[in-house]
Amino acid sequence: MHFVFKTRYGQDLDLFKHRGQRFWYGLLALLLAAAPLTLSDFYLGEAAWVFIYAVAGIGVMLLVGYTGLVSLGHAAFLAIGAYAHAILMQHGWPLPFSLLTAALLAAGVGFLLGRPTLRMTGIYLAIATLAFAAVVEQVIVHWQSMTGGFRGMVVPKAELFGLDLSRPAPFYGLCLAVLLLSLWMALNVLRGPTGRAMNAVRDSEISAQSMGIDLAHVRSIAFALSAGFTGLAGGLFAHQLGYLAPDAFTLLLSIQLLLMVVVGGLGSLHGVIFGAVFLGLLPQGIALLRDLLPPAVGQIPGLEPGVFGLILMAFLIYEPLGLYGRWRKIRQFLEEFPLYRHATHKRQRSYLRTGRVR
Amino acid sequence: MELLQVLISGLSLGCVYGLIALGFVLIYKATEMVNFAQGDLMMLGAFIGYSLIETAGLPFFLGLGLTMASMALIGVLLERVVLRPMIGEPPFAVLMITIGLGFVLRAVAGAIWGAEPKNIDAPWAGGVARWGGTAIGYENLMIMVSTAVLCLLLFLFFRRSRIGLAMQAGSQNQLAAFYVGIPVKKMFALTWALSAAIAGLAGVLTAPISLIDPMMGFLAIKAFAAAIVGGFGNLAGALLGGLLIGVVEQLAGLYLPDAVSGVSAYAFLLLVLLLKPEGLFSTLQAKKV
Repeated sequence: MHFVFKTRYGQDLDLFKHRGQRFWYGLLALLLAAAPLTLSDFYLGEAAWVFIYAVAGIGVMLLVGYTGLVSLGHAAFLAIGAYAHAILMQHGWPLPFSLLTAALLAAGVGFLLGRPTLRMTGIYLAIATLAFAAVVEQVIVHWQSMTGGFRGMVVPKAELFGLDLSRPAPFYGLCLAVLLLSLWMALNVLRGPTGRAMNAVRDSEISAQSMGIDLAHVRSIAFALSAGFTGLAGGLFAHQLGYLAPDAFTLLLSIQLLLMVVVGGLGSLHGVIFGAVFLGLLPQGIALLRDLLPPAVGQIPGLEPGVFGLILMAFLIYEPLGLYGRWRKIRQFLEEFPLYRHATHKRQRSYLRTGRVR
Repeated sequence: MELLQVLISGLSLGCVYGLIALGFVLIYKATEMVNFAQGDLMMLGAFIGYSLIETAGLPFFLGLGLTMASMALIGVLLERVVLRPMIGEPPFAVLMITIGLGFVLRAVAGAIWGAEPKNIDAPWAGGVARWGGTAIGYENLMIMVSTAVLCLLLFLFFRRSRIGLAMQAGSQNQLAAFYVGIPVKKMFALTWALSAAIAGLAGVLTAPISLIDPMMGFLAIKAFAAAIVGGFGNLAGALLGGLLIGVVEQLAGLYLPDAVSGVSAYAFLLLVLLLKPEGLFSTLQAKKV
């Protein structure tokens, strides 16, 4: 067990809690940066998917895991980011500006959505975001002069200062850089007043309000940040797809994004990464499964979402803290080896009480 | 006359939404859980009805009864395996688990019945009732009548019967309900059985007007919107919400351009939520600390 003996207030705010963390995370970043030297193009492409999912996951996590607001419409923000980026690139904007503008645009839409949905909670909010996503999808389908409607549109090649970024290795680098930048930004938001306010709102709106937190402001900011990160991921998503069509951004995608943060572990950025790795590897895993199963079972239509659903249910019933929660339990077990108490992680149940009278 | 005809078809479409929404509201009223898989339960019911009526050749009403009975069994089973462990977990987790359940049910139905659309022939299929210059199909009329009857029965059930009252007590305060001797777990199982049976009824009745395939459950998203518009937890509200959404959709199809009418139901829902976030006929009070 590693105990940090704190001697300065600043230590509570530091990005890395102790030198060991700094070393291991630095090593991980170096290894990832060096990966293109050894990995083949196929694996680099898969890794880029994982990074893109992770950036989007940061957005979803900020809203769902840290502010406690459920959204079933994040595919819409991904779509807004993707289309805005592709259209700006077509007009000859350089990649960084275009990506940033797309993210800001998505954030603006998120902010606007945050205001009216202020008084909604739980299921009402989930359904409102779902309806919002349906409206966005229709807008994309019918705004043909901009988006090409059902025919879709070709995404221009990614390039920066005359460098071609569309090949797997450079694109991998771009995605990694964006992910690291987003993680750094998210960490800074979370350890600042905004992040603390978001946590307070998640844990109890009433007590947050009584401590002087402006609910409307925090919720709008949370929506804007969440939409911004998801829009940023959308820009990269567009490049990775190469061709945008409205049917890429359906309810299923929103649910996959939600599944990612639940499976990874709600309320931690580690969970986002775990979830993104899981979501990125899942199609490969299912493809393997199809080959192993007898053909009658392997060829079921809708097998993939079915397996998705099963995994989601299993996690919610047996490990609601997700992959990261499981990893923490394993680590704690090893650290305290002969003394681990089973009841440490016993789940607390709360019994339902509503204010309904009829 | 055209307007009247559109209104009538809107009402009959709204009854379909209302019928599905009744299942949502029942579960919500009695367990405070939101069942996103209701549409997929309906799809499953429609497929079971198809097997019993079309494949096995049973008479329509016998097939319908057997479908509802088997759906009730499935409902109990689902509650026991999937939902029982979730008692005491946050509502968000329950919502997610029913979303997952919907995916699994779709895959299972796809595996058993395949992806080609199927159809059930009702004994009254093809008949049209005319009244003045307007016409309405018997299929739609049947849905309207059974939705109204079902709504009335459920209303009486929750108001008058001991079980219905016990269910509501369980949803208002679980611990207190345990203390006064209400078997809360059995009530949960019963609720799911009832709701699944209603889903089965809805599935078989809507099968003649919308084909049966594994994606049929997506109809329920609009039923969901109906329940929300009506204020979740209010049976008559769900029905009225369904009717409103059905009428709005049909009117939008008549008067508004194609681009808008496709999302009129959702736009209407967003509008209602903006103006009255707890629905039009809400039963919720402000939350106490």
